[in-house]
Formats: sequence, C-alpha cells, structure tokens
Amino acid sequence: MIDDAPVGVIELIGATHGEIVAPENIARGHKVALRDIKANEAVVKYGVRIGHATKPIARGAWVHLHNLASDLDDRSGTLDLHSGAPTDTATAYV
Amino acid sequence: MSDALATSWTGFLRPDGRKGVRNLVLVVYTVECAQHVSYAIANGEEDTHVIGFPGCYDNAYAIRLMLALARHPNVGAVLSVGLGCEYTQPEKIADAVRASGRPAEWFFIQESGGTRTSVAKGKEIVTRLRAQIRKETPRVPMSLADLTVGCECGGSDGTSGLAGNPAVGAFFDLLVNAGGRAVFEETVEMIGLREHMLARAASAEAKQQLAAAYDKAERYCKSVRQWSVSPGNFAGGLTTIEEKSLGAFAKSGSRPIQGVIRVAEAPRGPGLWILDSVPDEHFMQFGYTNPNDTEGLMDLISVGSQIVLFVTGRGSVIGSPVAPLVKITGNSATFRAMADDMDFDAGRVLAGELTLAQAGRELAGLVARVAAGEPSKPEQLGHREYFIMYKHQETPSLSEGCRA
Repeated sequence: MIDDAPVGVIELIGATHGEIVAPENIARGHKVALRDIKANEAVVKYGVRIGHATKPIARGAWVHLHNLASDLDDRSGTLDLHSGAPTDTATAYV
Repeated sequence: MSDALATSWTGFLRPDGRKGVRNLVLVVYTVECAQHVSYAIANGEEDTHVIGFPGCYDNAYAIRLMLALARHPNVGAVLSVGLGCEYTQPEKIADAVRASGRPAEWFFIQESGGTRTSVAKGKEIVTRLRAQIRKETPRVPMSLADLTVGCECGGSDGTSGLAGNPAVGAFFDLLVNAGGRAVFEETVEMIGLREHMLARAASAEAKQQLAAAYDKAERYCKSVRQWSVSPGNFAGGLTTIEEKSLGAFAKSGSRPIQGVIRVAEAPRGPGLWILDSVPDEHFMQFGYTNPNDTEGLMDLISVGSQIVLFVTGRGSVIGSPVAPLVKITGNSATFRAMADDMDFDAGRVLAGELTLAQAGRELAGLVARVAAGEPSKPEQLGHREYFIMYKHQETPSLSEGCRA
C-alpha cells in the first residue's frame, strides 16, 4: 500500500491495474493478496518468493505475520502481528 | 539536474592519490578508558572527529577498520590517544598513518598527567595538525568519477524497497556510468535472492565471490538464529527476511556487480561492488554481525567511501564521523515529520511527482553539492555516531585496504 487503505475498494496501479475489495484495514507499506493463496503455497512479490502461506489467504486480504512465514527464519512466526515485537524473549524482561 | 554528472568541485589530494571531500583531523582512542579524553579533545574543535575501539583486548578486524578510517581520503591528520595498559597500540596507529604520508601523533594518558592535562595536550596537538593540513594539503578538481559512495538502509518500511532504495539504485547507475565506485552491503539482507544476485555478476570470478558471500551469510543467520529484520520492519509492513531482501537489493541499481570486498578493503576498480561485513567462521564462533546501523556505516566508510547514503522509511537520526551521511526516505510522511534530519524525499516517486530516473539525477546533484562542501542534514545537526565491536574477519593487508 502506498497509503493507508480502509475497508473497501482499493485501486491497483502499475502492472496489476484494476480494483480489489479489502475486507479489513491495510496500512501504508503493507501487502494485499491479489489472488487466493492456498496454505503452504509460495507467496510471490515482484516475481520473488518471499515465503509461504501458513493458512489459506483470500484475494483482498491483508498479508502479514498471521498468514505468511519466511522459508528460512524460524522466528518469524513468533512475532506480534501489529507491533512486530518478539514474544519469545518475554521471560528475559522479568 | 543532469549537470550533476558533469559538475566538478575542489577536493583534497592525499598522498595515495585518492581525493577527499573533507579535510579532517581524526582523534583515535585505543580503549574505552581513553574515550572521554578523546571526545573532550575534539569538543568545540572545527573539522575534528573521533573514532576508536572500546575493547582492551585487541582485535584484527577493529584495528584494520580503524587504520582504514585513519587513512581515509577525507582525513588529513591523526592523533591517537591511549590510556597506557591496553593491547591496541596508539604508537603503531600513528606509525601506520605516517607511512601513508599523513602527519600523525600519539600519547598515553598515564604519561600525560590525567584528564585535564591530557585534554590540554591533545587540543594543542589538534590545533597544530589542523593548521598544517589546511596549509599543506593540495587542492584538486573532483567529479563523480573520483567518488566512492556507500549505501545501507535501516529503519526500513514498505516504502524503502519501493522508492528509497530504488532511488539510490538509479543514482548508483549514474555514478557507475560516470566512472565512480558504488558500494552496497548487508549480504544478510540478500537472503532469499541467491539466483537473482548471481545473475548480476560481471564475471565468472565475481559470481564465485558472490556465491561464497551469500552462502556464508545464510550459514551465519542459521547458526546464530538471527535474521536481519526487526520489530519496526514488521510494523512497517515487511513480513519476512526474503521480502526485506527484495527491497534492500533494490539499492544496487541495474549495473553488473564487479565482485565482493571486505571491511577495510578498497574496491579493486570502478563500478558496483558488494561489501561483505559478515563475520567469518572462527574458533570463537561467528559472533555477531553488525549489531546496529552505525557499524554498517563504519564498514562502508572503511572501504574509502567519501560520502555514505542511508535509506530509512521509518526515520532515523544518526550521522557518521569521517564521511558525510546523506539521509534518504521513501516515506514522505517521515520526510515531513523529520524535516531537520532528512536530506532527500524519494516518496515523491510513489506520489507520482517524480520518476525514478529523475530521483536518481536529483540525488546525484545533492551528492555533488555535499561533496563540494555543503553540509548534509546530519552534519548540520552535529551527528557523529560511532560504533564498532569485536568481530572476526580474514582481514586484507594494509596495502590492499588502504592503498599505501
């Protein structure tokens, strides 16, 4: 997203032009699924595999830590969805 | 802005033939215990910057890095200050700097009577060295062909890969076309792009170097379970290291990659180069790679970059000693919120106000103005963050690293 997008119709610019309906808010800098993606299927951005879907992702959905994981970084599934803060080191702060 | 490619300015000729865009005196401390005195010496002095190493035990990587900074094109003279019991020797630093044709002096605080007398002695030396290099350093014409420019990104968000880094890539293409040297680093942020990166190699030798650097970076990340992606990146919309890599690699532009250089090693010729700053495998294990953005910048400056570029989507307020830092953001909201800190708004590309090619030419003009003496935003604010830590890397010899 080049700007914050509220629920509703998102205009697509560039190579993938057209419109898409987002069922949730998607913030600037975040990603939207351009088509349905199956669980474990590769997630591709600009022609490069950036990881795999951890659950089915519907066209128009926000794609982030809750449904996409790195193929390499096994810590990427443990991060807080909104802040990105780690949740696996909580005991270090006690 | 296309005149930036033909523009020339006056620089400072060093004995090794390289040209600097600043004429600095550098104070170098050889242990944390000498850090306060070193900063007190430089405090209030014009054109005097501070670097050093905090550890008492010495480290080959840190010494090579400090010597590369002390013999950097922007540095005219050096004062090295030690406490008096550490492993790293200020006298040897001064000797290596003198061997490069620059004036250099050194002393131990324990032999100079404490904080006050050491600071007074250091200030007297700095004043003398500065007068000497201002008088004696030959001035020469410079253009983009004489520049080595390094770039890294930090505090990245989704705009860094879409606008900030691509704008630098467009500038790097112009710099390489003009005969200059462009250096980008962070092989740990090329994870996931192995084939994409190898396809850019200028030669079979370069391809082999790139493959070795990539494979080491992946082994490193796996072994320490540390991938170069942070909470702020996730909050900014990046989900995986592979996605971040895609954006980070965009700063490389489109020219062939000539090969891999290591910390303190100058590019072996004009063109685009990758700096490998990842630790080598060692009996003390890998250790950490660059723990923060500042050490990455020091590594880029150590290869001779007279100017360094920093791309940040979320915003950052760091600067650097030795080489001016130019801050670029692909996020126009960040540019407005941090107007005093940001030099270049590449977010205009996303807003459709500027093409990438125009952004590259405008950035070339900005770099040329900073090279000619216009202070960058971090310079105006007095930012000179500095950080290096212990690391093991097979270090190049001094003659390779600093072209003695």
